[in-house]
Amino acid sequence: MLGLTKQDSKLMLIVIGLVVFAPFILNPFPEGSAMAQFNAGYPDLMQRFVIFGIFAIGFNLLFGLTGYLSFGHAAFLGVGSYAAIWSLKLITLNVLPGIVFAIIVAGAFSFVVGYVSLRRSGIYFSILTLAFAQMSYALAYSVLTPITGGETGLQIKNTDNPLIGGPTDGSIGRANLFGAEMGNSFELNIGSWLFTFNLGYYIAAAFMLVAFYLSIRIFRSPFGIMLRAVKSNQQRMNYTGLTPKRYTLSAFVISGMFAGLAGGLMVAMDTQVGPERMFWTASGEVVIMTILGGAGTLLGPVLGAGFIKYMENIVSKINKDILHEWFAFMPDGLEDAMVAFVYPFIGKGWHLTLGIMFMLVVIFLPGGLVEGGQRIAAKFRRTKNAETPDGASKPAE
Amino acid sequence: MDQIIVQILNGLDKGSAYALIALGLTLIFGTLGVVNFAHGALFMLGSFCAVILSRLLSSSHEVADPDRLDFLGNPAMNKVFYVQDIFGEAAGAAIMDWAVPLAILFSIPVMIGVGFIMERGLIKHFYKRPHADQILVTFGLAIVLQEIIKYFFGANPIQTPAPEAFKGSLDFGVFLGYEANAIMYPYWRLVYFFFSAVIIAAVFAFLQFTTFGMVVRAGMADRETVGLLGIDIDKRFTFMFGLAAAVAGVAGVMYAPIVAPNYHMGMDFLVLSFVVVVVGGMGSLPGAVAAGFLLGILESFASMPVVVDILPGINQIIIYLVAIVILLTRPRGLMGRKGVMED
Repeated sequence: MLGLTKQDSKLMLIVIGLVVFAPFILNPFPEGSAMAQFNAGYPDLMQRFVIFGIFAIGFNLLFGLTGYLSFGHAAFLGVGSYAAIWSLKLITLNVLPGIVFAIIVAGAFSFVVGYVSLRRSGIYFSILTLAFAQMSYALAYSVLTPITGGETGLQIKNTDNPLIGGPTDGSIGRANLFGAEMGNSFELNIGSWLFTFNLGYYIAAAFMLVAFYLSIRIFRSPFGIMLRAVKSNQQRMNYTGLTPKRYTLSAFVISGMFAGLAGGLMVAMDTQVGPERMFWTASGEVVIMTILGGAGTLLGPVLGAGFIKYMENIVSKINKDILHEWFAFMPDGLEDAMVAFVYPFIGKGWHLTLGIMFMLVVIFLPGGLVEGGQRIAAKFRRTKNAETPDGASKPAE
Repeated sequence: MDQIIVQILNGLDKGSAYALIALGLTLIFGTLGVVNFAHGALFMLGSFCAVILSRLLSSSHEVADPDRLDFLGNPAMNKVFYVQDIFGEAAGAAIMDWAVPLAILFSIPVMIGVGFIMERGLIKHFYKRPHADQILVTFGLAIVLQEIIKYFFGANPIQTPAPEAFKGSLDFGVFLGYEANAIMYPYWRLVYFFFSAVIIAAVFAFLQFTTFGMVVRAGMADRETVGLLGIDIDKRFTFMFGLAAAVAGVAGVMYAPIVAPNYHMGMDFLVLSFVVVVVGGMGSLPGAVAAGFLLGILESFASMPVVVDILPGINQIIIYLVAIVILLTRPRGLMGRKGVMED
């Protein structure tokens, strides 16, 4: 299918299925039930899943394949966001040109940063990208205020007058795609379940599927193999007469464009942007996402992004009262002890759980959650047909 | 002219903090070859040692006052500090006042212990893994450490005052013949500068003039040969990790009165300290110290109004700009050793 092998087509179809039916899958609990707070099927969060999925897929193309650890990727996302919001403010409220601008501007910016940073490798590369990102953040925060809106950032205002099709009645314009607004949702009630199908989500999801498809193609292409060669032995590549920099720079720009796409989509969904999007902790977040899910695997970054955003938005909302409810079946003393034990790890302390999980993954599972899943699956398979040992283990992709 | 002196002085205390953290980072990198992203967290832990000790010292119990009654007619309660019970009124008050300097004594064993546990428990297993893995695992550790601190101490900065004797400012200009109040410099910052100078000198003296230090330096130059001589170099390197942690710790303790300790201060310093180490040259101790002071002073010069008028925003980016230029023009940094991470 579309130049994919049978196995990849299967993976692609599974991802398409998951993304299309996400409003069902993420809302397994009926409205109003005690478990309803674990429902993640509301538009805002679903949009974040796919947008950060794109961001992480892009980061993975750089880090997973070439091994270059960029600590400044959020800068490209931020630059893309600014480009997109200016397009919405000045040109048209249609999001498509904005997203295209975001990709182009982020690509150009990442070319400049990459051209300079890729002269060094290892930790120096990390520091250089970090320095560029921090500079962009500091400038966006202070001197570039006329362009970036400084601390308050940029929003669409009712004084904005885009060239094509702004609102004429003085109201605040809404981002749309050929007239259909991003916020449009269709709600479906089945019994006590409520499913929301949001236009913005499906547009972002379509972009994510394209990004995922591109990433499969890049992984399987000769170009992707060259990128892996950079990771495994750059010196040998040099001796063979190839220039690694051409490949790494292309990978850097591609992943910068993915970040720009994510930034553009973010603006399309919430029509605002602030400099904190470029702060180095945001760059750190995408590193954590990719590695937690599995760097160098196809599905890993998307899983990692979903996992972290789920924790950030759902797990962080659990408070002490809810915990007491959960452990109410226990005797009082035990209940209090359980709550005291569990509480530091969830609710406001979810970062602690994240940090611990991240460390465990780096220490024991270099392939991330994907590798963990594969190991468990392999174990089950081995116990099932122990007589016919299946020697060919699948690569972690 | 007086403006220049003011800026140099302002740069000194920030530069001292950079230099101390960068010194520890370089020490770890030079001995163990590990890129430690958790070093900022160690600085933060040190700061919280000061908080913990000042809280411990000011713990109190209540005693009924026989002379006074509160509005309900019960005997009023007086707060009595335990230290005053033990050491007497005046000495107890003095001890509480000097909590931050005392915390240095408290923090050194604590930080050496933390360093030992970190090295033996975690970092030991990462010597053979790529630098990217080391960065990632220590980055994760930094998150865990700061979240633990956040759980116990909350997210707000905790004011930790310097001793009463060091409050106020020194009129530095008078010594140089300027009129009064031209160049003011807080006493505690001066103390911080001299303190860090002493610590840096002590570390260098330890490495230069003791047998232990000589062996460590030999190990930094050629680990294998030192091992072949029958010296257990790993044990000494572990100790050096503890020492580096202690240096970061005391740097944090003394910094507590300057910036109120909060759980993410380590991360804020870490990014800059890494830039400092890279500018100074990976694995070069003098380089780290020189670059720390240099960048601290450059930063304060860049925030002079005259400079900001010419180049708006330069104060925000000067350090990163310098780092980029240095990295691209001098791959080894200012004083980097040949052959150490030159890729």
